[in-house]
Amino acid sequence: MFSLILRRLGSVLLVMLVVAGLSFLIFNYLGDPVNNILGVNATIEEREELRRTLGLDQPSHIQFWHFLQRAVAGDFGISYRNRIPVIELILSRLPATVELVFCATIVALSIGIPMGVYCALRPKGLISRILQMISLVGISIPQFLIGMLLILIFSVELRWLSAFGRGEVVQLGWWSTGLLTHSGRMALIMPVITLAVFQISMIMRLVQGEMQEVMRADFIKFARARGLTDRSVHLRHALRNSLLPVVTVVGMQIGSLIAFAIVCEAVFQWPGLGLLILQAIEFADFPVMAAYLALVGFGFAMINLTVDMTYLFIDPRMRRK
Amino acid sequence: MHHAVRFCGKSVKGQIAGQGGAARMTPRNNALAVQDLSIVFDTRRGTVTAIEAVSFILGSGEVLGIVGESGAGKSLTGNALIGLLQAPGRISQGEIRLGGQRIDNVAADVQRRLRGKRIGAIFQDPLTSLDPLMTIGGQLVETIRTHLPLSAASARVRAMELLAEVGIADPGARFDQYPHQFSGGMRQRIVIALAIAAEPEVIIADEPTTALDVSIQAQILALLRGLARQRGTAIMLVTHDMGVIAEIADRVGVMYAGRLVEIGPVAEVLHSAHHPYTAGLMGLIPSLSRRVERLPQISGNMPRPGEWPGGCSFHPRCPKAGPRCTIEVPAPVAVSDSMVACHLFSGGTSVVSGDLPTKEAISTRETAS
Ligand SMILES: Nc1ncnc2c1ncn2[C@@H]1O[C@H](COP(=O)(O)OP(=O)(O)O)[C@@H](O)[C@H]1O
Ligand code: SF4
Ligand SMILES: [Mg+2]
Repeated sequence: MFSLILRRLGSVLLVMLVVAGLSFLIFNYLGDPVNNILGVNATIEEREELRRTLGLDQPSHIQFWHFLQRAVAGDFGISYRNRIPVIELILSRLPATVELVFCATIVALSIGIPMGVYCALRPKGLISRILQMISLVGISIPQFLIGMLLILIFSVELRWLSAFGRGEVVQLGWWSTGLLTHSGRMALIMPVITLAVFQISMIMRLVQGEMQEVMRADFIKFARARGLTDRSVHLRHALRNSLLPVVTVVGMQIGSLIAFAIVCEAVFQWPGLGLLILQAIEFADFPVMAAYLALVGFGFAMINLTVDMTYLFIDPRMRRK
Repeated sequence: MHHAVRFCGKSVKGQIAGQGGAARMTPRNNALAVQDLSIVFDTRRGTVTAIEAVSFILGSGEVLGIVGESGAGKSLTGNALIGLLQAPGRISQGEIRLGGQRIDNVAADVQRRLRGKRIGAIFQDPLTSLDPLMTIGGQLVETIRTHLPLSAASARVRAMELLAEVGIADPGARFDQYPHQFSGGMRQRIVIALAIAAEPEVIIADEPTTALDVSIQAQILALLRGLARQRGTAIMLVTHDMGVIAEIADRVGVMYAGRLVEIGPVAEVLHSAHHPYTAGLMGLIPSLSRRVERLPQISGNMPRPGEWPGGCSFHPRCPKAGPRCTIEVPAPVAVSDSMVACHLFSGGTSVVSGDLPTKEAISTRETAS
């Protein structure tokens, strides 16, 4: 078990190194820091001087080493566009996205799992058929369409919810949260629904499929033969044994939502990472892109690690050394 | 309330001869009585009969072996007894009585409460019978507390006793382990511990040793036999292994194509079978001490449900078949200490008799199915 964790950490390091390499390439070779700092009108001497102070005259591997050192310390340079340290920019946007994705995932799990369980237990029932149809729509409908529809109904027609921004936020240290104010919570509703629709549908179908499979297992028949209540057979035995693939998929979903909630954030003008990266691409803000890439890589690696740890927690068979 | 007794390791061979008392034609204390049980499948092409008019009695402390080729309907019968018949299968006629009370027509929840409490079950594959994500102790405690009003702590104590009883060494250390940490034989012991957790009067064991090594089979059989002897548990043991039957059964029922064709004391069925099918099976076993993995084929195949020929289902394969056999289903009649469903013992195979007492019942049953 311990060696497993070590192996996992090893592969995380490897992945991070690769990501850092890519990030370094973007940072150093796509952008021209000298041009950006001095502007196009500087003299050649001024440029050479700056190249030396920035270390750009050194061999690539030395530069990469320095890049790594700075990255570990959180220093990704200065944003070309905003003229503030990239790390500050990212940290100021991170809470908005994380809160959005976190809420969407909680909503998706707490609706998708019960729906999946219900459909697994009564696959032929009318309600199950309806739910399955809805989930098919939920999986295929594009995110921006859901967002637009919600805005049309709740902002334009009913005028209940504001169509953009996070509402009022409260600062907790560097973290800004919208969860503590009324307007912050109201602002979350539509973006959360927009993100959750797909997730609910997917989790529901996943849970249903897995659980129907597990329900055919011998240990379920034996659990019934032991006289356990339906509730216990379904939830304690069948559902638990169906959750491993759900953990994996939900983990990956959280990762990709944090990284690519771009459409949703654009529709609702949600001041998160998605909007940030959109603007960075628009302005060729390479330090931001490089840092974003490193951050996304790091995030995925961490989520992967968490998923593996959850596996270990749920499934004793994996705990064998 | 409960004594931890170790049964394991005790040789059971050689005890058969001394068990004449348990080998009566009808046992004294009826733990379970099955009367005229039929099971059908509702399919798109209509109703197909899979089990027809099976009757037998299972006495306390008795081991009743049920043998038959694969597909004869042994598992279906067992599932019906524990109330776990899967749709589209259903009981279409007959009664199942546990200690005198009907259990086949009671509410699902009442049936659920009987399972594990009064009728235990053991299935073929111990590797897949246990929940892989829960400790064996957890599964025992959960089962015990479902049926008995015990605190978590006393359920735990009882679980340890059960583990010791089925021969798990060091229950304290094993309690918190998961199924994958046990061998196949050990897992089947745990399955048995789960089945007897609430001291049921009846245990349905469906091929409990088929998936195990031969050396471990004997230990598990000894354990089951011990339950019958020491606790008076009635055990219905489904198998297609005549060696298993010879080793632990008191009586044997032989199933063929959904019908119970012969049932009687083990010595009689094994050594002087009456029914031609049983005789064919036994004739093909050179020696009882030698195990046969599967029931050997008598030329031809056993028909599947829906493909039964008219009359006695065995007639296409039966060396003694006569004209009557193709028309009339033979009803069980008493022959010596057994019940045998064959025309040879109820007036011969040649005559098609209109005034045999059994004929009415049989023809109505045929039109009903
Ligand atoms: N769900 C089902 N639908 C149709 N036929 C079935 C079903 N389940 C079992 N059967 C049939 O019932 C017969 C008896 O099966 P079973 O009791 O499992 O036999 P066995 O004696 O080998 O335990 C078999 O021929 C099998 O094909
Ligand atoms: S009834 Fe006829 S066909 Fe059936 S077993 Fe007896 S002799 Fe054979
Ligand atoms: Mg079977």
